[in-house]
Amino acid sequence: MVSRRRERLERGIKVRTDDVYALCSTKEMLYLVAPRLIPILVLLLLPLILPTYWQKVVIFTGVFALLSISWDFLYSFTGLVSLGQALFFGVGAYLAGSLNHYFDISPGLTIPISTIAGATLCTLFLLPALRLRGIYFAMITLVLPLIFLRIIEATAILGGTDGLTALAPLPGIWIELYLILGIMLVALFALRRLVNSDFGLVLRGIHDNDQAVKGAGINIYWYKAQALFIAALLGSFAGAYLTHVYMFVGLSAFALDFTVVPIAATVVGGMGTLGGSVLGAFILVPLSEVLRAFGPLRIVFYALLIVVFIILKPEGLFNYLQRKYREFERWVEV
Amino acid sequence: MKEVPLLQVVNISKQFGGVRAVDGVSFELCQGEILGIVGPNGSGKTTLVNLLTGFIKPASGKVFYKGRDITALAAHEIAGLGIARTFQMVRPFYHLPAFKNLIVPLYSPRVKRLSGGKFGDRDAVAIDLLEEVGFERDSFVPYKPASALPHGYLKRLELARCLALRPALLILDELFSGLSMAEVASTLPVLEKLQIEGITLIMVEHRLRELFRLANRVIVLNFGAKLAEGTPQEIINNEEVKEAYLGSEAV
Repeated sequence: MVSRRRERLERGIKVRTDDVYALCSTKEMLYLVAPRLIPILVLLLLPLILPTYWQKVVIFTGVFALLSISWDFLYSFTGLVSLGQALFFGVGAYLAGSLNHYFDISPGLTIPISTIAGATLCTLFLLPALRLRGIYFAMITLVLPLIFLRIIEATAILGGTDGLTALAPLPGIWIELYLILGIMLVALFALRRLVNSDFGLVLRGIHDNDQAVKGAGINIYWYKAQALFIAALLGSFAGAYLTHVYMFVGLSAFALDFTVVPIAATVVGGMGTLGGSVLGAFILVPLSEVLRAFGPLRIVFYALLIVVFIILKPEGLFNYLQRKYREFERWVEV
Repeated sequence: MKEVPLLQVVNISKQFGGVRAVDGVSFELCQGEILGIVGPNGSGKTTLVNLLTGFIKPASGKVFYKGRDITALAAHEIAGLGIARTFQMVRPFYHLPAFKNLIVPLYSPRVKRLSGGKFGDRDAVAIDLLEEVGFERDSFVPYKPASALPHGYLKRLELARCLALRPALLILDELFSGLSMAEVASTLPVLEKLQIEGITLIMVEHRLRELFRLANRVIVLNFGAKLAEGTPQEIINNEEVKEAYLGSEAV
């Protein structure tokens, strides 16, 4: 009886180095470029054929994709377990809302201002917590948005429970669509580049072993603060942007969804890849819309699907696809 | 050898609960010396290293480096002054390839300052350093993730990570423990070369034969306190040390 097994071979190292070797043939260039270019083209062309309702879903998905990238960057590359994507989102959202409502500044300015000011504020809020690690840091990030929520509710500042309404809209659905998709793609590729730079290596070193980074003469708190600022930039932009899309900001800006869905999206998509976060968001958010037909049972099916994903592909979809793409498989006789 | 000491430790102490891990230890260290620190398990050697490098703050006592009080400085600031240390329990960046492990110290403010702002190719410097501590340059070893390396390589990776910082004072916390005889033999010349380059070494070590060959002076710790200090020959002949360190077996 001849038994057979499947043999897996990695593709040649030259092809995978992303280096100058790749330029030696069209085939190898395509091998590297196609998996990046095709998703980009699909993303950019998709809104053109979708009905209005689904265009709105794409906008919402883009927002969650940004938050997911932000979470994955903090967790997989800096080792900061954040439950505070809602903090970044809410601070950005309320800043944009207030600037527009009280000072009548147009969205073209409120969004960039809120992105940078929001990220600065979030970094300052979390500065005292940077010495904490793991679950202790996570607790602080989880609690802060809840505190802000209750403060706004109790003191009725910034519109209280009613929120700030009738804010200025963005000029047209196409601007809305391509702004979020553009920023999302730029953030994705910029961060993928950043984590492989020497700066990114220091962050990954902190994730692996912060004591050794200290021993290497590097101030880990300064690096953690910078990572936090970068992650908060993405979250605050998402908040400021969605405020102007909805023309409204309210207590829902600090909702737990903005914390939980990005984590689920990253886990489904694949941690430590950043691309996986986007993939996960583009699966989970539209899926949640498709399941609306089930009414109250929607969340049950949604949760079950996530569980199935995690059990079947614990490494995450992106890592799985990447591995398959890089491997040859063949049957060999043992 | 009586100029300004490179390192001066004055009456340093640290308790953990009721345990006096380090109890009023004082010593001086001159430029270019190799100081050995020995002592039985639990005698406070690693705690002393942690105190010197700022990873733990002392309860009392002071540490002076080149006449400057560094007791209150943070660990990364002390490393930035040129006091590098290895960890007894290896602490590599497991997810990074071996040579990328060295990019972290090469990226530090100290190395940036020493190299005058422009650095060139960090990867090439990293590979050179790894070769220096015995990684085979033309093999896959420097490119493997640290998680895939055997313990002997990880120990030497610790050493390379310290060398990347261009230290003036190098503190080796049991570098030789867990290394094979061949690995020790190949690492000794690296340390001898460091001594010739004028780098001061503190070696915490259980492998006494190798230590006594290298060290100019040895301090013996017992229950956190300094039991004896002297040349290797004096330490070997010291009856108190024999009793505390070697136990009845050596008598």
